[in-house]
Amino acid sequence: MNTTSTTLPRPELEWELPARGRVGMCALITAEAAIFTIFVVAYLFYVGKSLRGPVPKDVLRVPIFYTICLLSSSLTIHAAAKALRRASVRSFGIMWSATIALGATFLYGTATEWHRLIYHDGLTISTNLFGTTYYSLVGLHGFHVVVGLMCLCAVMAFTLVGAVKQEHAERIDVLSLYWHFVDAVWIVVFTVVYVIGR
Amino acid sequence: MSTDSIAWPSTTAESRPLVDRLHEWITTVDHKRLGILYIVYALLFLVIGGIEATVIRIQLIRPHNDFVSPQVFNRMFTMHGTTMIFFVVMPVLFGFANYLIPLMIGARDMSFPRLNAFSFWMTAFGGLLLYFSLVGANGLYGAGNAPDVGWFAYAPLTSRTFSLGHSTDFWTLALLVSGFGSIGTAINIVATVLCMRCPGMTLAKMPLFAWLNFVMAGLVILAVSPLTAAQIMLLVDRYLGGHFFDTQAGGSAVIWMHFFWIFGHPEVYVLVLPAFAFASEIIPVFSRKPIFGYSVMVGATVAIGFISMSVWAHHMFTVGMGPNANTFFVLSTMAIAVPTGIKIFNWLATIWGGKIEFKTPMLFCIAFLFQFLVAGLTGVMLSAAPFDWQLGNSYFVVAHFHYVIVGGILFTLFGAFYYWFPKMSGRMYSETLGILHFWLFFIGFHLTFDFMHIPGLLGMPRRIYTYEPGRGWDTWNLIVTIGVFFQAAGILVFLGNLLWSYFRGKAAGTDPWDAWTLEWSTSSPPPAYNFSVIPTVHSRRPLWDVKHPDDPDWKYE
Repeated sequence: MNTTSTTLPRPELEWELPARGRVGMCALITAEAAIFTIFVVAYLFYVGKSLRGPVPKDVLRVPIFYTICLLSSSLTIHAAAKALRRASVRSFGIMWSATIALGATFLYGTATEWHRLIYHDGLTISTNLFGTTYYSLVGLHGFHVVVGLMCLCAVMAFTLVGAVKQEHAERIDVLSLYWHFVDAVWIVVFTVVYVIGR
Repeated sequence: MSTDSIAWPSTTAESRPLVDRLHEWITTVDHKRLGILYIVYALLFLVIGGIEATVIRIQLIRPHNDFVSPQVFNRMFTMHGTTMIFFVVMPVLFGFANYLIPLMIGARDMSFPRLNAFSFWMTAFGGLLLYFSLVGANGLYGAGNAPDVGWFAYAPLTSRTFSLGHSTDFWTLALLVSGFGSIGTAINIVATVLCMRCPGMTLAKMPLFAWLNFVMAGLVILAVSPLTAAQIMLLVDRYLGGHFFDTQAGGSAVIWMHFFWIFGHPEVYVLVLPAFAFASEIIPVFSRKPIFGYSVMVGATVAIGFISMSVWAHHMFTVGMGPNANTFFVLSTMAIAVPTGIKIFNWLATIWGGKIEFKTPMLFCIAFLFQFLVAGLTGVMLSAAPFDWQLGNSYFVVAHFHYVIVGGILFTLFGAFYYWFPKMSGRMYSETLGILHFWLFFIGFHLTFDFMHIPGLLGMPRRIYTYEPGRGWDTWNLIVTIGVFFQAAGILVFLGNLLWSYFRGKAAGTDPWDAWTLEWSTSSPPPAYNFSVIPTVHSRRPLWDVKHPDDPDWKYE
């Protein structure tokens, strides 16, 4: 503030505030991260404390292919958002549907893994501590993938009817933040469950 | 700001049918209406929670009393604690935050009005869900019908084996649902404070009310989420046969304690920071001085926010965590007294040399200063682990945290009610009734909670439904219970004052306190759009600048 001016100060020339969508999403991500932290802590705390089998090193197989799918979906959604900012709705749609396909593949991977664990290895959520913590943590992440996919599909539907335009790039960015978060959480879950916990 | 002259359609609302008006309230996304919904909802639960407290105290008025059965007693203290924390104090604070933050930062609404409405209704239905347990939870004969596991619901009490029926499920779900509401509101407050400030209102010029609520919202995001996670785990245990807290299968009961108090201790600061926020607005106005040490106040608030995340296990000294953990939590708990003490000194320095007006809001804030100091001192006593081993889970602890929550938070809340009532309703409250309320409640509070320390020191454990005569506890318990009736009378005067003033109070005008923050620049009650022209501010006291163009604050800041 220029205190040497006369009675009235000059009006502020620039007044820029952060976008509320971005701030809101970051706050939501923080809250979600806190929830995941508690589940991760529980998982780590209970590693090796199951009183009976099956134990992780006998039944878990590292899902490298599906992990690559999920992580690369971060790249495709980034490319999609970038395309929309350039107003190229067509390549946005292509990259967006690629993201959905990659996310769905990941979910399929989780489904087959769970099917094998339940029917072949006899591990359910109530079998032992490993089962409880494993299905809770991976399931919580899977739930977030499902929610993310539902949002992505809604945007895809709007794209197909031609309702998504360049002016929505900001909102798409906000949604892609959430998807990046879901991917980032998987890196943590993967490390905890398939590397440290095994 | 010439909003007074603009006719707003809602002035004609009185003539419309009741159903229409109710419909308007139910579908509203206006931050002021949602704020009032939060507040009214919390007052309703305050009465319910207060009745539960009264039942507890009547049961304990003399040894071997049989006013209620042990089972009912367990339900009463569980419901009292859960109701007061989650469905009285949090909603009422969110209500004030909702109502005042946009007005104080010169915005027309919160960042996400629909999320705001969603959050309110989640909280509201959470409370209904908790109380629906009274009729809906009698799963098995003799299994009880309201939650009876205590407000922190330690494992394994909550396992299927020890908690038959569905009362614990109602407790879990009620907290889970209202937790989503709390997180939603917190996200909203953060986004509102960061993104909706009017031109010129930099973070360093924001009213302290907005600052403290901003930190509070950050704490809600970081603290309520772990509770949500813990409730999900408890549901997994109870419905899907999981073993998180099942000691029979290798699970740990102590980890529930950790998860609960990782939420539970920051929660105390979630509740007390808005109380600080009220005091930081009321004390300067009634001392006719700007707040002393604004930037230090902000710094202390942020420091409290950070430190409060690392003190939770001082609730667990009696568990046996080992010397290293104990030492850490003793030191961190003592450290948090430092920023809190800084605040007390700043408020005192604000009053010092001021032209003090002893209006009802100020009376409550002065009592708060004194009582909160005592609450903090007993807190420092309890933070010493060996002292806590002696007095953990005793009535000393109960007296300590009621000193914080009633003596600190509730007193400033009452002050806030009287201070902003003219703005919210457009009418003045009755000063006579206000002062009567203050003295009744002040006397009742001290009768109850001063004397509650003593049976605690004499070894009376909390949560016992009766006790033997001749242990030296009898007289103290009698005095404590007598205090409750003074408090209840005070609350009745308070509610009567609100109702009477709402209908009969004299018009308050825009700025009855000659205050300095932006909410006093618009009409009372404010129009739906708050400000006809979005204001531009140049200092922390924009209305001072308007009223004193010869000597504006921005010259000095």
